[in-house]
Amino acid sequence: MHDSRPPARPTGNGVRWALIAAPVAAAGLAFAYVGGWLTPHRLTAGRLVDELQRNGGGVHPGYRRNHAKGVCVAGYFEGNGNASAYSTALVFAAGRTPVVGRFAIPGGNPYAPDGSVPIRSMALRFNLPNGQKWRTGMNSMPVFPVATPQAFYAQQVASRKDPSTGKPDPAKLAAFFAAHPETAAFRAWAKTAKPSASFVTDSYYGLDAFYFVDAQGERHAVRWRMAPEATDTNPAPAGDHNYLVSDLKQRLATGPQRWHLLVTLAAPGDPTDDATKVWPADRTTIDAGTLVLTGEQAQDSGPCRDINYDPTVLPAGIAISDDPLLPARSAAYADSYLRRTREQAHIPGTAAPTHAQSEAAR
Amino acid sequence: MSTVRTTFSLPARALHWTMAALILAMLFIGAGMVATVSEKHQWLLAIHKPLGLAILLLAIVRLMIRLRNPPPPLLADLPALQKLAAHLSHWLLYALMIAMPLIGWAMLSAGGYPVMLTSSLRLPAILPENALVFAWLRTAHGMLAYLLFLTFLAHMGAALYHGLIRRDGVLRSMVRGNSSSTPSMAPDEDRVAGDTMPD
Repeated sequence: MHDSRPPARPTGNGVRWALIAAPVAAAGLAFAYVGGWLTPHRLTAGRLVDELQRNGGGVHPGYRRNHAKGVCVAGYFEGNGNASAYSTALVFAAGRTPVVGRFAIPGGNPYAPDGSVPIRSMALRFNLPNGQKWRTGMNSMPVFPVATPQAFYAQQVASRKDPSTGKPDPAKLAAFFAAHPETAAFRAWAKTAKPSASFVTDSYYGLDAFYFVDAQGERHAVRWRMAPEATDTNPAPAGDHNYLVSDLKQRLATGPQRWHLLVTLAAPGDPTDDATKVWPADRTTIDAGTLVLTGEQAQDSGPCRDINYDPTVLPAGIAISDDPLLPARSAAYADSYLRRTREQAHIPGTAAPTHAQSEAAR
Repeated sequence: MSTVRTTFSLPARALHWTMAALILAMLFIGAGMVATVSEKHQWLLAIHKPLGLAILLLAIVRLMIRLRNPPPPLLADLPALQKLAAHLSHWLLYALMIAMPLIGWAMLSAGGYPVMLTSSLRLPAILPENALVFAWLRTAHGMLAYLLFLTFLAHMGAALYHGLIRRDGVLRSMVRGNSSSTPSMAPDEDRVAGDTMPD
């Protein structure tokens, strides 16, 4: 602005102009560096979401960039007080906490066949009476394939679909798995895992470790999962690509569906920063209460649509661990949430569908 | 002439430099936290919210001080365009330092996020949950942050221009106290002004 105008004293000001320009340029460059614009190879939330978006087949306006196909559910959590010795969070006291949740399948394509992946997910938002919130996103496998956001990104890049076949290149996937031996436990699980015919009969694992904080301020490393009461697993129906929602509707029509929140306490030395490693089965596990789901709604219009199930949104009494996936999930979910809400709001520069599909988010 | 302030009052200067550091830190925290996927994301986010509230409160105090204590007048020999730029940029800075925290707070409210200042202290929502409102406010928060950063760069450049090129005492009026400590200045240079400083 001002510094582009001719100087008031015309002679010998070259050094002085440099002294003005240098801090302005330095501040601008530092800002650009922090924002990631000078380092195109550094992983940022935006680049992670770009990759998920690409693997989901491009932009599906208004939809989540991962776990795009899903359904809203609602109900409540009935705490029983068992976990209150370990966490002051009100949700664990005896009593009911309202819940808005979402079942989904992984991937960025909201039209993917239900049987295309063996994984299902459950996301929950607990609205605590003191106005605080607990959000959690869980998956139906007991371990995560990778431990770090960088490895997750590499996995997405290795899973890019070859345009000629429409499928990931097996050689690239094999190379990724060879370079990432930490994926072994997940691959062992995936080898035998079949896509379930129902959201209701699956267990959902929090995967990342967290801390419960008790009334004395003491931290307890924990992992949690939701274990279903329904166990009548059937094979998925052939020829139907959207069987999960019809199954959920049918089951909810017969009555509420229940899960038990099982909280496992770590023993000293159990890793809190590595979601690829299960803790030994003999660890103390608490049944902290019952999740009761009573209704479902389409995700296009249901109350889960506008919720970002960021797993780092926690009430007092629960805290994040040093698991490096947690901040990455928080950052990437926020980016995805911003993209899709911008598309819903028709903010200029967004909502440009790459597909002929006219199904918008709403 | 002796009744005209030639420098900013001590509270104005203290607030200016404190807030300069806080706002600059805030801009870098904001740019960093939306980009990074490392553990920095969480602690930057944890600083961003209470720091934003602190800036809002300080900005309100500062605005009141500004309205009660008029700043030194602009230099008479300043070109009209620079005077206009000075006035506009200062009111823009005031508007942004009050608007940015409010937009941030409103945007988290509309997005359905609990506005946690600490692990247990929560601010009330100031808007009902509405994803469309969130999207607009979040977009505005980002765009206005860029505008604030550019205004800061222009402000810093202009301050240095006054200090190094014009050498007219404008920069000194925000750096030092009463100008009686600088009796050697030429008369027109003593008529110090506040065209680069928002207080």
